[in-house]
Amino acid sequence: MANGAQVAPVVAIARAEKSYPNGTRALAPIDLEIRGGEFLTLLGPSGCGKTTLLNLIAGLIAPSGGALRWWGGDFTATGVPGRRQGFVFQAPTLMPWARVEANVRLPLDLAGVDRDTATRGAVAALTQVGLAEFARHYPRELSGGMQMRVSIARALATVPDLLLMDEPFGALDEFTRQRLDGELAALWAARGLTVVFVTHSIYEAVFLSTRVAVMGARPGRVIADVPIDEPFPRGDAFRVSTTFARRCQQLSALVAEAGAGTLHPEQS
Amino acid sequence: MMDNDAPSRMLRVAAPALIAVLLLAAWQGLVVAYDVPKYIVPSPLVVLQTLIADRALLADALFVTLGIALTALAIATVVGTLVALLFVQSRWIEMSLFPYAVLLQVTPIVAIAPLIIIWVKDTRIALILCAVVVAIFPIIANTTLGLRSVDHGLLNLFRMCRASRWQVLLRLRIPGALPYFFGGLRIASGLALIGAVVAEFVAGTGGQGAGLAYQILLAGMQLNIPRLFAALFLIAAAGIALFAATVWLSHAVLSSWHESEAAAPG
Repeated sequence: MANGAQVAPVVAIARAEKSYPNGTRALAPIDLEIRGGEFLTLLGPSGCGKTTLLNLIAGLIAPSGGALRWWGGDFTATGVPGRRQGFVFQAPTLMPWARVEANVRLPLDLAGVDRDTATRGAVAALTQVGLAEFARHYPRELSGGMQMRVSIARALATVPDLLLMDEPFGALDEFTRQRLDGELAALWAARGLTVVFVTHSIYEAVFLSTRVAVMGARPGRVIADVPIDEPFPRGDAFRVSTTFARRCQQLSALVAEAGAGTLHPEQS
Repeated sequence: MMDNDAPSRMLRVAAPALIAVLLLAAWQGLVVAYDVPKYIVPSPLVVLQTLIADRALLADALFVTLGIALTALAIATVVGTLVALLFVQSRWIEMSLFPYAVLLQVTPIVAIAPLIIIWVKDTRIALILCAVVVAIFPIIANTTLGLRSVDHGLLNLFRMCRASRWQVLLRLRIPGALPYFFGGLRIASGLALIGAVVAEFVAGTGGQGAGLAYQILLAGMQLNIPRLFAALFLIAAAGIALFAATVWLSHAVLSSWHESEAAAPG
């Protein structure tokens, strides 16, 4: 599906690590390649450095050792800065004073795109998440799930090649989360996106991903790189299939193994 | 009043109005019943008669005081906002200058008003200056807090989009600071009036361009207590009107998106 040899990986992480001046070691040196068109999930318990790794990939923080290369080059030298990747936070992170459309077009406005083009981009992105008719609403008038979809539309507005998502549905109820997972999977397939998705939900990881990087804590590191090569589209039938259950078990065991030495050090 | 049962708009006006009518009626009744001389406590009706009889004098005084208070409020708003914008440019600037803003706030205006009046030749400008000194602090403090209270996630988003400092200020910090700013403005509107009145008491200038405070001072010396009450009434009314205007302005700007205004009556 989304496999196959690519010219250059979207992101190549080579021995990248992160320590803070106070001595906290957030990430041990990590080698990871993110290939075009794949849906990679970073899975692990809280405090295993998933978000730190995502922030490194986003270029929000700099590695304290090693290097990252985006699209085979230096990030600053690649295309219009900030326009090739979209970021979705844990919370919707919308500007409450701006209408939905103004929120979605923000990245385009900040990049200096002209008004008409930005409006078209925002409307197109809102249509993709099914919220076109809410363009004139304020965020507070929408439900939590709808706000999250606005947040995704904002990330899509720049037509990114790489979509980074930091536990975007973690705060939503289970039903909304499943629906949005389904919508995200459809969007990923339709748009040919490359997605890096952070979650601590094993079910979500299995349902969405083409590949799962299982992470362990203290220091954060990737302990297993598991391809989920089940066919797409994966509907609700997949969620209750034995394959799904087997995949979940497999990941569950890996996560437990990752946590064994850290959460209960006395048992190791 | 129960919190979960929001009173209707009519009740919000009717309830305080009823209290006012009851209090005025009691006041009138007591003054008449005990035959209190009007140079000690005038009845509400006598105050009303004085308001009408002295309307030219009192209206002039009201306009002078209101003019000073409004000018001071405008200056405090502009200067206070600029100072807040300066403060958020760097912690160093704020650390160095904030104590002086506090100094301005904690020094009683009655203590520094005589100095200002001596130093500034034009009395009107001196009075405006006094009122600005009183009114500016809440604007500085609230706006600075608002400009700093930026959603961290949104700040990250702006950074990821390579937004300039200017874009962050205009599109993120300033809109986000508006609810705080209006909170400060609400307090400052009352303080500007207090500052204007107190400064005028200290200055004690009469003749042309005398404000309500001077009328109170003069009426007190002449034992014209009904006029004193009438002037007092006008100051209170002006204060309420100023406050109401800032509440209305805040509602007009924020009601579409901010929780503090969303539930308020339209």
